Amino acid sequence: MKKVKVIILRTAGTNCDRETAFAFESAGATTEFVHINDLTLRKEKKLQDYQILAVPGGFTYGDDIASGKILANELKFKLEEDLRQFIASGKLIIGICNGFQVLVKAGLLPNLSGDFQTIDATLTLNDSARFEDRWVFLESIDKCVWTKGIDGTIALPIAHGEGKFIPKDKKTLDILKKEGLIVFKYAKGPGKDGHHPYNPNGSVEDIAGICDKSGRIFGLMPHPERHLKASQHPSWTRRGQKGSEAPGDGFKIFKNGVDFVKKYL
Amino acid sequence: LNHINIMRANDKELMRLSKEGQLFLSLDEMRAIKDHFKKLGRNPTDIELETVAQTWSEHCKHKTFRGIIEYEGHTIDNLLKNTVMRVTKELNKPWCVSVFKDNSGIIRFDEENDVCFKVETHNHPSALEPYGGAGTGIGGVIRDPLGTGLGAKPIVNTDVFCFGRPDLPYNKLPKGAIHPKRIMKGVVSGVRDYGNRMGIPTSNGAVLFDDNFVGNPLVFCGNVGILPKGMAFKEVHNGDLVVVVGGRTGRDGIHGATFSSGELTVESETVSGSCVQIGNPIQEKKVTDTLLKARDLGLYNSVTDCGAGGLSSAVGEMGEESGAEIYLEKVPLKYKGLSYTEIWISEAQERMVFAVDPANIEQFKEVFERENVEATVIGRFTDDAHLKLSYESVPVCDIEMKFLHDGVPKIRRKAVWKKETFKEPVIKAKKDLTGDLIKLLSELNIASKEWIIRQYDHEVQGGSVLKPLQGITHDGPGDACVTRPILSSKKGIILSCGINVDFGKIDPYWMAASVIDEALRQVISVGGDINKAAILDNFCWGNTNKPDRLGGLVRASQACYDIAKVYGTPFISGKDSLNNEYSVGKTSISIPPTLLISCIAVMDDTTKAITMDAKKSGNSIYIVGLTQDELGGSQYYKSMGFTGNNVPKVDAHYGKHLMDTLSRAINKGYVASCHDCSDGGMAVALAEMAFAGGLGMDIRLSAHTRPPEQKALPDTALLFSESNTRFIVETADETRFIASMKGVPIWKLGHVSSSGSFKISGSDNKQLVLAGIAKLKEAWQSPFKDI
Repeated sequence: MKKVKVIILRTAGTNCDRETAFAFESAGATTEFVHINDLTLRKEKKLQDYQILAVPGGFTYGDDIASGKILANELKFKLEEDLRQFIASGKLIIGICNGFQVLVKAGLLPNLSGDFQTIDATLTLNDSARFEDRWVFLESIDKCVWTKGIDGTIALPIAHGEGKFIPKDKKTLDILKKEGLIVFKYAKGPGKDGHHPYNPNGSVEDIAGICDKSGRIFGLMPHPERHLKASQHPSWTRRGQKGSEAPGDGFKIFKNGVDFVKKYL
Repeated sequence: LNHINIMRANDKELMRLSKEGQLFLSLDEMRAIKDHFKKLGRNPTDIELETVAQTWSEHCKHKTFRGIIEYEGHTIDNLLKNTVMRVTKELNKPWCVSVFKDNSGIIRFDEENDVCFKVETHNHPSALEPYGGAGTGIGGVIRDPLGTGLGAKPIVNTDVFCFGRPDLPYNKLPKGAIHPKRIMKGVVSGVRDYGNRMGIPTSNGAVLFDDNFVGNPLVFCGNVGILPKGMAFKEVHNGDLVVVVGGRTGRDGIHGATFSSGELTVESETVSGSCVQIGNPIQEKKVTDTLLKARDLGLYNSVTDCGAGGLSSAVGEMGEESGAEIYLEKVPLKYKGLSYTEIWISEAQERMVFAVDPANIEQFKEVFERENVEATVIGRFTDDAHLKLSYESVPVCDIEMKFLHDGVPKIRRKAVWKKETFKEPVIKAKKDLTGDLIKLLSELNIASKEWIIRQYDHEVQGGSVLKPLQGITHDGPGDACVTRPILSSKKGIILSCGINVDFGKIDPYWMAASVIDEALRQVISVGGDINKAAILDNFCWGNTNKPDRLGGLVRASQACYDIAKVYGTPFISGKDSLNNEYSVGKTSISIPPTLLISCIAVMDDTTKAITMDAKKSGNSIYIVGLTQDELGGSQYYKSMGFTGNNVPKVDAHYGKHLMDTLSRAINKGYVASCHDCSDGGMAVALAEMAFAGGLGMDIRLSAHTRPPEQKALPDTALLFSESNTRFIVETADETRFIASMKGVPIWKLGHVSSSGSFKISGSDNKQLVLAGIAKLKEAWQSPFKDI
């Protein structure tokens, strides 16, 4: 069996690294936590030694300046060449929550120019102007490598204060739609929404996650690693003990990534 | 170098030194210092006096609890040892690994791991600067598990707040106090911004309101950590280097330990503003990540956190048995200009102190440097049992550890207890209680705290099994949270808390008994077992120099012993915060006597956990346990402006049997949902279950179905009395449930319906309550909706 190696990128303020690693391992990969200093400053690790780069959630550098901005700049200015190679060899990148903010602010998503030198969108303060943790429904729109076989709506939690996705302009939005880069939208659930809006942060056109043109780089605000098992859902007890250990809606995303590497890389 | 002329000081001058230096020491204590230095034939230096004040502060030393108390004709020598700690000693549970010794209490989790739990208060700083005070409150308590044994990984936070009423008219605000609404918002944001950035889920808590918390809010922050078995103990060796790791030292948090040992006054902000520390959660996150790496590499012999008293307390405690030498100029500073005393007692945040074998120092420092964390050698541990400090090669302090730690004179206090009699309301029999129920659901102590809960990440780390909000639309009030610390294992921990700010006004004994019962009820409600539960005490009291306040404290402590002993739940850690009063001129507002009981219980199979939301139309609803005429201190009375006198009692022998029996029934799968009856009584518990499940209920209090053990009571008492040891249970398997509950009083109240309406009929079978669940939910959610 081919080993799929995932690099879980860490730095000051990364905090969803363990459960992201657990998610990839549950899907059959091996993972390694690597601090950004080991790639940039010390050069003891090489990005090319891995097939999947995962940028987990957290508050990198306290989200000072803007969420994810400092780590984004580190990627862009200190790892540019390594990233170029990594992407060119058809490898996979996923950014979750703060990781998504990092990828967008580094120009890696949606990367319309293809060389991540322009920033085409941003993620900014929620309309509610506060951090919120709650579950949302996501509608699968355009398919990417990571969402193969995910149809209809799935449930995942969000936990962020700066998740409002805004494309640079109308033209960018049109390209996102035309090129099929909008992977997930916040959606109305089957039941009542209570007193919360279904779109938790006011994202333009309810956009929750996007990919690049290759479909191999993917980022989303909700946390798939927090719904690996049915028992992580807030109302799992309504369905009973049986099946509480069955895969949750987020598992498939990690499985898709790992399976893709096994098959094509 | 300043010497303080203490040898020749008379009593008046001694007290002036204590007051002006913000030492908060009593005359007896100042005299003890004077005597000690007289023997040495010299005056103390300023830093020596400060070191003693920090170490002897009420905050660090718990002098009241450990002192001598004269109460009702007998003498109690060390209240803590005779009550709270005695329970643990007598129960002698094999799974208690380390209790009342370290920075938090440690119990066994599984074959490979232990878990530890600590809850602290940060009341005084939060009164002056709510955001910063509360943020550093959670930041500080996270460092307790980090500094427990050889270091535990923080896995869950808890928070409990007590505020004045947010709608307090401004003309009623005491001079110099911050308005309760501003305190509340600041505290909530402070804990949010620190806890979220640390990546630790905040999964359990409570928020309470009472007028007497104006000017002196309570902010309890807790943290649970997990550490590998065998790492619970540590030992400093002679010659080990003293290394300070993490944040730099600044002029923030000077005199925190001593200031929080006094009362708050109108001048506190001006005089003691610098006591509040400045937090930086990302610094602490970096320290956490690297500390755990260094731990797993076995690079140090001991660790503790810099909390109250700063380096003074941290080094003083670590070197208590050995002795230590510190070179104060080596401590890294945020900016120049600190005096050597400030360096020594600053409570600047995010610092940990380690004892490192010189052979490991290079590797140790590298682990931290790799992730941009400063680690600086500032001295070494010795074997002469002295604490020696120097600054730029000038010796500034030389104190015997023995005097520092054991030299504090035992304080002697008088305590009296006299039961206060409150006015009893006259309750007229009403034909319709729908309005009363709706009003009660909107009471601040009962209403939904979703606006706070959602601001806290309660799912990070991926281990949450039962979240604080439950039910069909994820907004019902869960009784306790369940977390899996190890994602590949079904084993988990249950966290719950018991607190009541109204019962204590009537009798602190029954308040303490009730909150222990409450914390344990919540464990049972989610499918736990109280035989695997350990508890923590956090006493917050008024000024215990006043005999009546102290009398209440004695009574509450006695209840801790009496009740916990019978329930079989050991205390593993605790803390007290006394002097919670706000004084303006001659009037002083004391907080109501408040005891927070936090509970941690190991759960072997978290897939057996149950929640409180009603599950299915047609299922039967039972009440387990007996209701008494105990409306004293109830939310029902409070909503009418009364306190009353019939405070709920606890019969722990009966309670233990009841909880064990119910626990077995839940474990066998006979219970679909369970909710403990607490604030608002049976009626509120039933309503919460109904609207959390999106289902209606038909409840009948008919005299015909009432079991013989249940006394006949007025319907208002049945519905709103807050009697302890009661649960509402929904079952789909009635026959088995009844059989399994043999020997325990149960009463079938009715069933779950699909109608969406919530109905209660009274003892005379006439309709008492009729409302749509949407309306009840709206009443419950509205008070904090637009904050």
